Amino acid sequence: MSLIVKTITRLTVGLILLFGIYIILHGHLSPGGGFAGGVIVALSFVHLMLAFGKDTAVAKISSNLASNLESIGALMFLGVALLGFLGGSFFLNILGKGQSFKLFSAGSIPLSNIAIGIKVGVGLFAIFLALVILEKSKKEG
Amino acid sequence: MVNIIPFFVIIPLGTAFLISLLGKYVRHFAGIAISLSSAVVLALSISCAVYLSSTADKILVYKIGGWVPPFGISLVLDGLSIFMLVMVSLVSFFVAVYSLSYMERYTDKPKFFTLFSLMVCGMNGIIITGDLFNLFVFLEIASIASYALVAFGTEAEELEASFKYAIMGSVASCFIFIGIAFLYGFTSTLNMADIARVLSVKHSSYVLPFVGTLFLMGFGLKAALVPFHAWLADAHPSAPASISAMLSGILIKTLGVYALIRVFFSIIGSTQAYLSVLMFLGTASLLVAVILALSQWDLKRLLAYHSISQIGYVVLGIGLGTPLGILGGLFHLFNHSIFKSLLFLNSGAIDYCLGTRDLKETSGLAKIMPVTAKTNLIASMSIAGIPPFNGFFSKLIIIFACIQSGHLGYGLCAVIGSILTLASFMKVQKYAFLGRLKDKFKNIKEVPAAMRLSMLALAFICVFGGIMLLMPFRVFLDDAVQAVLRGTHYSSVVFEAVGK
Amino acid sequence: MSLYLLCLLLFCVGFYGILRKRNLVKMIIGLGIMEYSMNLFFVLLGYRMQGRSPIEAMDQNVLNMVDPLPQALVLTSIIIGLGVTALVISIAIRIYDKYGTFDITKINKLRG
Repeated sequence: MSLIVKTITRLTVGLILLFGIYIILHGHLSPGGGFAGGVIVALSFVHLMLAFGKDTAVAKISSNLASNLESIGALMFLGVALLGFLGGSFFLNILGKGQSFKLFSAGSIPLSNIAIGIKVGVGLFAIFLALVILEKSKKEG
Repeated sequence: MVNIIPFFVIIPLGTAFLISLLGKYVRHFAGIAISLSSAVVLALSISCAVYLSSTADKILVYKIGGWVPPFGISLVLDGLSIFMLVMVSLVSFFVAVYSLSYMERYTDKPKFFTLFSLMVCGMNGIIITGDLFNLFVFLEIASIASYALVAFGTEAEELEASFKYAIMGSVASCFIFIGIAFLYGFTSTLNMADIARVLSVKHSSYVLPFVGTLFLMGFGLKAALVPFHAWLADAHPSAPASISAMLSGILIKTLGVYALIRVFFSIIGSTQAYLSVLMFLGTASLLVAVILALSQWDLKRLLAYHSISQIGYVVLGIGLGTPLGILGGLFHLFNHSIFKSLLFLNSGAIDYCLGTRDLKETSGLAKIMPVTAKTNLIASMSIAGIPPFNGFFSKLIIIFACIQSGHLGYGLCAVIGSILTLASFMKVQKYAFLGRLKDKFKNIKEVPAAMRLSMLALAFICVFGGIMLLMPFRVFLDDAVQAVLRGTHYSSVVFEAVGK
Repeated sequence: MSLYLLCLLLFCVGFYGILRKRNLVKMIIGLGIMEYSMNLFFVLLGYRMQGRSPIEAMDQNVLNMVDPLPQALVLTSIIIGLGVTALVISIAIRIYDKYGTFDITKINKLRG
């Protein structure tokens, strides 16, 4: 890619990642949430890959790490749901609800948002990576 | 006891992601985890069945997150659900044990078992859910896992079959989704019991037939009824044999037949028009598919066509709408899941040892593979309806039910279909197991112990399946029939159970 | 009403793409169009005249919001569509590996 694209990417990619994390963490207060934020996080890595090539992005998150993190995200979500059994029911929101419109509120909903954000973020990146690797092996073979 | 219900989804889901996380690092973890989890699910489902048959109203409702329906998602376990649940966990347990050895030939066992477990999770979810959109989500989980599993070998034929299956399956899902959207727009609720309650007081002459047609197209395609059957004959033979057994044995029944029964009997309410359509489609499938099966030389393709045909029997029995017909249909559903998965496991065993499943290549396998040959003989006689085996009783009940309700033509078609099935399985016996053994196959040994064990267990159920009609086990079938016949009273029963 | 008819039109465009196009990628695009038309339809079902978005904000009494449930459900459906599309595209790439073509009429090893 050209110098302009690389420079702009270097400037913006951190901001995009940060914005994704913001969307995930404020999912219970404003529009967005785990899925939307996760997609933005994944797009920041995809952006990096488009500008600097596959190797730079894989150096940040290898495909093995991505698939492990994806499983961990899913298990975390299941764990949050199972936490409800402490209060007697599956998916029961037993943590303190807090004051509305504050960051630390809404019980286990932010936790599940974080779990979904991890899963979607690395999952989407892993899908993109798999398609790229598939394409690359085809060209070589 | 009611707290067990969500674990039918939690255990397979947790196992799937644990395997994908740890399977790469710990040897044999995948195999141990999958056998353990499917054994636990089997034990839980049987204990639930025993408990449920001892209760008075035969229904358990679980409120997720403590939210009362219709506001929250509820899980409903009634007679029909537990019947399907026991069937699914029984077959998936034996198939999981079989896959431990069979999948040695493929690379990447952990990925296989992850997808397998996700598919079981989706099917269990469809069966226990009491929410229409939740049903759609679980249906998609099971479908996507099955698309990936069909393509698991990544050879040319498998990819082609999987692509075809994925496109047609997604179109079916679109129809189901639009049906759900219309129902939501009409009733403003998604809980199945609540939809049934609203529909009983709010009438419309054009929404319900339209929604019914959409659901019939969607679920009919998933069940591979005859005008929608084109994908099955490609997809099921292309998958690994254990997955063919899962797909033919239980997936088409859960995604297709169970969902059809739930939607048409419990939610929309079964009018005579729907029942006539179901009967006609069932008869068409059982005749067309068995005629197509006669000319097949690929063993698995032949079995796949027979799956369509046997689903036709099930739908014919259920479409009759009489207690006897539904009993026959559900009993045949159970029997077919046992013997068809056994037949596919047999074909997998032949493929495993010989590397081919073309009936023109094989002959005389009875000498070198005695267990496969004997279990295959039992399963063939079951599917063809020879007296002491389980398939005979269910087909007999369906034919009796046809005659009892005055549909002599349909009864005759069922008899003809049964005779043609017998003919095509005599062909399998003759070309695969009888005759002279070819020299190049002289040194082949019988399959490993895990595969033999699960084939023998399924054959055992085939032989003694008939006792399901006798008294202590009869309760199990009768509860399922009662749950279907209850029709749209489903809603009042569910709300009563919630109130307690 | 005309909005619903436009949804139907979009659905038909997608369906036409699946049924008539011979290129695998065009079929996948048709599937995507079909999925988006039905998502659009479901969101439209929840709309009411002069409705506002169902977001609770501080110091505001929210009246007259559109139905939030279809929006949540459509989000789920979009995720499912994403999964299906990713899977189908990867299968299509592998098919191109094996057959060297995207033309559906030349991909015919299975018959019978």
